[in-house]
Amino acid sequence: MSKQLFYKDVAEGENITPLVKQPTTTQLVMWAGASGDYNPIHYDKDYALKQGLPGVIVHGQLAGAFLGQMLTDWMGDQGYLKKLSLSYKGMNLPGEPLTCRGTITRKYIEDNKHLIALKIWVENPRGEKTLTGTAVVTLPTKG
Amino acid sequence: MAISQQKINELENRIGVDFPTMAYDIERGMIQRFVNAVGDTNPLWQNEDYAKKSGYGGIIAPPNLILTLGFDRVLEAYISDASITVLHGSTELECRRPVQAGDVITANAKIINVRQRQGKEGATVFVTFEITYRNQRREAVADCRQMAIIY
Repeated sequence: MSKQLFYKDVAEGENITPLVKQPTTTQLVMWAGASGDYNPIHYDKDYALKQGLPGVIVHGQLAGAFLGQMLTDWMGDQGYLKKLSLSYKGMNLPGEPLTCRGTITRKYIEDNKHLIALKIWVENPRGEKTLTGTAVVTLPTKG
Repeated sequence: MAISQQKINELENRIGVDFPTMAYDIERGMIQRFVNAVGDTNPLWQNEDYAKKSGYGGIIAPPNLILTLGFDRVLEAYISDASITVLHGSTELECRRPVQAGDVITANAKIINVRQRQGKEGATVFVTFEITYRNQRREAVADCRQMAIIY
């Protein structure tokens, strides 16, 4: 898809290419169907309001999939996502832009694999981190 | 509106008890619906020739797809009560090999931890599920822990 990223191309402390998503209510319904998560708080506004929510909210796992997309876009086809940890901290609302970001915290070699550890998160337009996590990816070495 | 002590006891009694095995055919259409919902246009997930040229046997699924297999059914089986609120707390995923279009993935789930915190409006319960995924060759594909917050 994009140019392949190699282990030597990245350094600790670097930010990876962010990904901005703007989920719509239609997208939430598509996700409900694709994921099998039919919790009405994600598509039934009356139900969501009764539950004390500000309206329908974005599925946590959809926001998690946005982070997954950011990582796979960034690492290229020969990269491999080994570990992903996600903590669902706050609510994301449809119609608002969500920015996925990541910072490289460590690069290291283990069992002959070239690994990159990252801190990743989703930010709402108010700068609040609604989803935080970590990831470990394997990158190829050149030559 | 709160979770009853009886329900909490029920969940605690199920710690370590295997949920019936769930099986999923990973069809191209299923992957396509998933990536359409995410808005992810990476050709690895949808272009057979491209995926082959990239060194995969064919179309593969994005890593997050596996997280949608089984968790919904486990939650529904264990906590199907309109008076209970269920929120997703956290996810931990360890991937062992890519999921390929055409794979049959089995998911084995169990509750591994139940914690509760008493509050003014009743108990909040943190339930952690462990789900192990294998393919049709019985190769480990992924291990996952999902925590649900229930009140």
